[in-house]
Amino acid sequence: MADRPDGERKAGSNKPALALHVPEPKYRPGDTVDFSDLDIGEPGKQPRPDEACDPSEMGELAYGLVRVLGDDDKAHGPWDPKLDPETLRTMLHNMALVRAFDERMFRGQRQGKTSFYMKCTGEEATSVAAAMALASDDMVFPSYRQQGILIARGYPLIEMINQIYSNKGDKLKGRQLPIMYSSREHSFFSISGNLATQTPQAVGWAMASAIKGDSRIAATWVGEGSTAEGDFHSACTFATVYNAPVILNVINNQWAISSFSGFAGAERTTFAARALGYGLAGLRVDGNDALACFAAQQWAANRARANAGPTLIEYFTYRAEGHSTSDDPTGYRSAQERTEWPLGDPVMRLKRHLIAIGEWDEERQEKMDLEAAERVKAATKEAEKNGILGHGLHHPFRTMFEDVFEELPWHLREQSKQAIREREIKFPEGRPNA
Amino acid sequence: MSTQTKKKAEAGADGERRLNMIEAINDALDIMLERDPDVIVMGEDVGYFGGVFRCTAGLQEKHGKTRVFDTPISECGIIGVAVGMGAYGLRPVPEIQFADYIYPGLDQLISEAARLRYRSATEYIAPLTVRSPFGGGIFGGQTHSQSPEAIFTHVSGLKTVIPSTPYDAKGLLISCIEDNDPVIFFEPKRIYNGPFSGFYDKPVEPWKRHPQSEVPEGYYNIPLGQARTVTEGEQLTVLAYGTMVHVAEAVCRQKGVEAHILDLRTLVPLDIEAIEASVEKTGRCLIVHEATRTSGFGAELSALVTERCFYHLEAPVERVTGFDTPYPHSLEWAYFPGPVRIGEAIDKILSE
Repeated sequence: MADRPDGERKAGSNKPALALHVPEPKYRPGDTVDFSDLDIGEPGKQPRPDEACDPSEMGELAYGLVRVLGDDDKAHGPWDPKLDPETLRTMLHNMALVRAFDERMFRGQRQGKTSFYMKCTGEEATSVAAAMALASDDMVFPSYRQQGILIARGYPLIEMINQIYSNKGDKLKGRQLPIMYSSREHSFFSISGNLATQTPQAVGWAMASAIKGDSRIAATWVGEGSTAEGDFHSACTFATVYNAPVILNVINNQWAISSFSGFAGAERTTFAARALGYGLAGLRVDGNDALACFAAQQWAANRARANAGPTLIEYFTYRAEGHSTSDDPTGYRSAQERTEWPLGDPVMRLKRHLIAIGEWDEERQEKMDLEAAERVKAATKEAEKNGILGHGLHHPFRTMFEDVFEELPWHLREQSKQAIREREIKFPEGRPNA
Repeated sequence: MSTQTKKKAEAGADGERRLNMIEAINDALDIMLERDPDVIVMGEDVGYFGGVFRCTAGLQEKHGKTRVFDTPISECGIIGVAVGMGAYGLRPVPEIQFADYIYPGLDQLISEAARLRYRSATEYIAPLTVRSPFGGGIFGGQTHSQSPEAIFTHVSGLKTVIPSTPYDAKGLLISCIEDNDPVIFFEPKRIYNGPFSGFYDKPVEPWKRHPQSEVPEGYYNIPLGQARTVTEGEQLTVLAYGTMVHVAEAVCRQKGVEAHILDLRTLVPLDIEAIEASVEKTGRCLIVHEATRTSGFGAELSALVTERCFYHLEAPVERVTGFDTPYPHSLEWAYFPGPVRIGEAIDKILSE
């Protein structure tokens, strides 16, 4: 809406005054939320084109919403990946574990065990289901809300917690903000705190894989807000220019801290539609539908692996919690948004689907949730033996100067001596891990 | 080396193989593409065309389109994909067409390439060598003349290397490509074709008459972090790099001053021992660079010399630099730290 009344004229001019549009979300704290005008389409209605199809032939998929799970909790249409019940139960289990992990780590931060945490509540399917559709050695370049990938790939919970606590067991030596994981063994790239930088890197990795005639592909995840970064444009350009075997996953969770998706352009078009201008395949998917998430990622992976081209996938979802432990969303959005979200909760929807096909029941669900909570609790206790943030059990002091370069240059050697002197002055009695 | 460049290689009077700096860089890239199948050369116009300065001429034809290729006009993308390629295990050598164009790639260099080893505790590294022509004196105006080296020396995790002769350009570039850390390799474009003396009204000497244009065939390297003594002398120490090595040398020769001129070659890691040894001997130190003055690398050098050699100094450390203005097109030679500015500083130091 224009912030200047129509017809206003600048003094001394008979030309119409220009008006700046500053986007404003529909609902603010206290507002009654009504999402009934949101076009979410019908499950099973979207066509599933051939994986080698020309992007121009599938333009409509960048504007619609690929959905598989219906209100009847059954799978519908050509995008149904037809997964066996065991795989579905694994998917449900992974998602439940992510949720249990988030709950406990959030609480741990509030208890002062670490400085920072980020939940992915409501978005579990976009990482868990997508990761399960990739090969375990496909390289992933995630953003900061894809803990689901690590859990789906079987990364030990204790390693995640060691990193979150920055303790002496942290494989990243306490150097990174909590949740900025890295695991080469799990083909999981080091997470950056700078947004969208991972997107051209994923394209570069995919280009390298193609240069070497490898069979592994790359996938990256980025929030809808961060698609505004130049890096994302570079990633799309390089991906299309070199037909790189890469998947660009955009998680549209509606909110970038307090800025709604309108500040990344969502008032005008979809994020999947970005693909069309680049000549990339574009898919827009119900991000709370684990089967749709799996199917889209699998489609894009098959496409990339067949040298048929890169894909940009928008996952339409909702960030159910705050941006991080440092954020309080009650200050900028209506609490009703979460409850009114028309695409429901991804964990509950998959659970109901398994029950609907006769492969699950409430009793088993309850048992699974309990076991997930117990498993996280046990890993937490174990990790706490390595220390929590700010309690001295961090990596040895000297490691601060290591790995800046492969070899320690003279100026860092001198600075490390200075740091040791300071420590001796501060702690004349000596400290552990000195 | 490529056929195209080979034709240009000339023998000097002594029958030795003489190359200019462009040919020496081409030779280094050719050798490394041959020796290491993980080396990739990419950048704007570097493929079929061979680069706007011809540094990659003939390389695509010889090594193939997936080893040497053109890129979109996107410095952020060039550096970003190079980081990803490095994570895969390749050894990319991206070219940024002019150092002035590097700024869109800064976040990928500073926050990503330079920090990857540290933040991943060595799980991932970024062994890239970013080549880029820099410096003025070619009537390039403000967007084709800058010397932004201090932006990079300020970043922990980056190495910065600047050659001043064909022999060094080849040996240093090979070391950079083999290095497992990200390196910024700035090529002083004013001296691509000859060792410019700073006397812009005189004809430029071609490289073939300079002893450092003798460039052996095949592989050799020059370790990073080692300065080169250009001339021995007792009267004062001159710290310089790139084009300014030759300008400082010409001014000292013209004035009959016996200076110990150190070509730093690598700014990070710096050869502090060579600097200390020289200043302790001469007691006087002049620092010369083309970049703007405030927070330039000369400020770091001046501070280091003052901190470490204070009691050997007989005169205040002097800096000769470009002015703190954008590089002016028509007034290029008024901006350039040429013989008059350097001569005046030498007189001042020696009069103390």
